[in-house]
Amino acid sequence: MTKRLTKAALSGAAIAVALGGIAAPAFAQRDPAYAAARAAGEVGEKMDGYLGIVGASTPELQRIVNDINIKRRAVYSQRAQATNATLEEYALTAGCQAILATSPGEKYQAPDGSWQTRTSAPPMRDSRCP
Amino acid sequence: MNPLELTDHDGRARTCMMQGQAALKGPKISAAVGMASLALAGCVTVEAPTEPIVIELNVNIRQEVIYRLAEDAGNTIEENADIF
Repeated sequence: MTKRLTKAALSGAAIAVALGGIAAPAFAQRDPAYAAARAAGEVGEKMDGYLGIVGASTPELQRIVNDINIKRRAVYSQRAQATNATLEEYALTAGCQAILATSPGEKYQAPDGSWQTRTSAPPMRDSRCP
Repeated sequence: MNPLELTDHDGRARTCMMQGQAALKGPKISAAVGMASLALAGCVTVEAPTEPIVIELNVNIRQEVIYRLAEDAGNTIEENADIF
């Protein structure tokens, strides 16, 4: 009995590791303040690949958004150079993917510029998005 | 083609204009009505679009470029999960 339980636990762990390995390898997590603002819908994914403030701005939200966007820009810049693309091209493509990757309840910007809440349905994206 | 023939054609061409102007005896507002009747009579019409014209963001970025970068951008987002 114990042996069987151990075996089940081990195989469960193996599956979890395998799934984790595919979905999200041991990468850094979101800063708790950013994660909270995102979950609360105070910040959302813009079409241009950067984070935006959805409602009223506060110094704290501005700090979070600036911090994320500066880091994103650095990554976009590096990858754009590596893929022989412009910063804007790469950022817009990342925006397509970031909007697609939002979870239900999170905010994203629709092609008409309005903020939308992500549902289980596919998000409204730029017609050029893959 | 003698001068009389030209005058003849000219006269016929003006018939269309005169039809429109027949309704133009009132104030200037009826000019629009005259234009409308001209349009109905088979003259060239230019229709204004009913849908608002939407100017897309970064319209110079082409779809094929986005398709080429899509996989790389997807990986970038996964590898930098802390800032996405």
